[in-house]
Amino acid sequence: MAAVTALNETPATSAGRPRGMQARRRRRLNIFRYVVFTVLGLFFVLPLLGLLRFSLEGTKLGTWSGTAWRQIASYQNTGIPPLQSAIEITLELAVITCAVMLVLLVPTMIWVRLKVRWLERTIEFLCLLPLTIPAIVLVVGLGPIYNKIQHFSLSSLMLFWIYVVLALPYAYRALAAGLSAIDVTTLSEAARSLGASWFTVIVRVIAPNMRQGILNAVLLSWATVFGEFTIAYLLLYTNLQVELYSISRNTPNAGVLFSTSFAALIFTFVLLLILSYVGRIRRGRG
Amino acid sequence: MAVAATTETGARSWRAGRRPSVPSWLGTVPFLAYVAIFLLWPTGIVVVDAFKNPNGAWAFSNFTELFNPLVRGYFIGSFKLCVFSSIVGSVLGAILAYAIASGDPDGVVRRLYLSASGVLGQFGGVTLAFAFLVLVGPVGLLFHASWYFDFPWGIGLIYIYFEIPLMVLVFLPAIDGVRVQWREASENLGSSAWQYWRYVGGPLLMPAFLGGALLLFAAALSAYATIQAWENQVAYVVPQQISTALSSEVGLSNVNVADLLALGMVILMAIVMTGYALLQRRAARWLR
Repeated sequence: MAAVTALNETPATSAGRPRGMQARRRRRLNIFRYVVFTVLGLFFVLPLLGLLRFSLEGTKLGTWSGTAWRQIASYQNTGIPPLQSAIEITLELAVITCAVMLVLLVPTMIWVRLKVRWLERTIEFLCLLPLTIPAIVLVVGLGPIYNKIQHFSLSSLMLFWIYVVLALPYAYRALAAGLSAIDVTTLSEAARSLGASWFTVIVRVIAPNMRQGILNAVLLSWATVFGEFTIAYLLLYTNLQVELYSISRNTPNAGVLFSTSFAALIFTFVLLLILSYVGRIRRGRG
Repeated sequence: MAVAATTETGARSWRAGRRPSVPSWLGTVPFLAYVAIFLLWPTGIVVVDAFKNPNGAWAFSNFTELFNPLVRGYFIGSFKLCVFSSIVGSVLGAILAYAIASGDPDGVVRRLYLSASGVLGQFGGVTLAFAFLVLVGPVGLLFHASWYFDFPWGIGLIYIYFEIPLMVLVFLPAIDGVRVQWREASENLGSSAWQYWRYVGGPLLMPAFLGGALLLFAAALSAYATIQAWENQVAYVVPQQISTALSSEVGLSNVNVADLLALGMVILMAIVMTGYALLQRRAARWLR
């Protein structure tokens, strides 16, 4: 309701072509836009700047120092694994999760689109289901299953099994968008009539054409793994977020907390930003 | 594996032009098996165990424990937090989405805010609680909010931080779908700006807006990392109580407390997400 009233104050078209708009209305719209961008932009940026400032805090309050950033590679505290190992595990988990997600989801989605359309709704439902079942609920039921997995391996890397499920909804939507942007049937018929096997059709014809969708799926899965805390924490594994949480329990003001958090966030942010530009350049050329 | 297996049969049926001897849905079996093991099975365990006592015997009376005042308290806590944060988050998110949509569709601002939304909507977790702690917490840089550790307000503010970007992502396609022509048509028919939003734009966007608000509600309901990092001594909401129940055996006697609370959350989420799906379908009728 409030949104509608707010929109009402600055009536305008939303197609982004203000050419036909009256000058007065456009001016008011622009003022509104700049106010919104500034206020909410500050709301988004200030906590991050806070993190950055605290990561550069010296031993005395108000002084500056780069110690916390140098500590990222070497930080160790009694009773918890070294920070560096947690970072490595999280990076490895992200790579494995993305790989498994792609191998599992891309061929299945293409195959379903081509040959088993009646299963499309079921697959979509299953992929979006993890949005409805919170991680905190999943972890309750995962206990018995991870007991069995731990018979084979105690490594934290085993978390990838469930991280793939957590990434499914985001990956599915990205891939579905990529898939619906191309004419799958025509491509596959053309390839098939030239004698391609189904493997070639999926891996060498259709998948390269939905590169942007695959890229987005990988990024979103990456972000999911990097931010995951609940399942790792409650199954007693250590990933980056659990490590940061443990450090904050031991030494609440450790500068390394803020430098690592900030680095992880900026890392993902820059990756996303760069790739969204890559996508645009490709579209422009094609 | 899956691809190789289905490749063979698919190719044969194509060339022979008759029904495949092996049905083509077999190609989806690896995916379905994976989902069954790591999504459906754990959920099934939660549902079944909620009706058992810790010794493994059936106890259907457990269900009444959901209405036990203690348990109800956690659900009320969750509800307060989710309603507060999702209303504020969806309103601000919708305003931001509108500001983005009315700009250049290929512009830097839009690109920046969309990428940022993608990251910030996901990257809640422990980090977010740290960020707000150093900004407005007891040692805050900006100011020392006395209400930082008050239950719905302090944590609500933190939740809004990831809810606004989520709302932008959900609501922007709806706003982008509103066509200039509709506006022009209603202006040609002599409508004022108010009339346009009251009778055309508002009703068109309302289902998408409410759907987004419900999605934010669901996101706030299932969030755990942030509130755990914000305050780990007192349990205010259901997820915190689930984790307490998982790591200790105290609580209601003779009930699998964690499973029961988890089942309660599943039911609540199912209701919310059904509402979301219905509203999205309603919204999709006009857009695109």
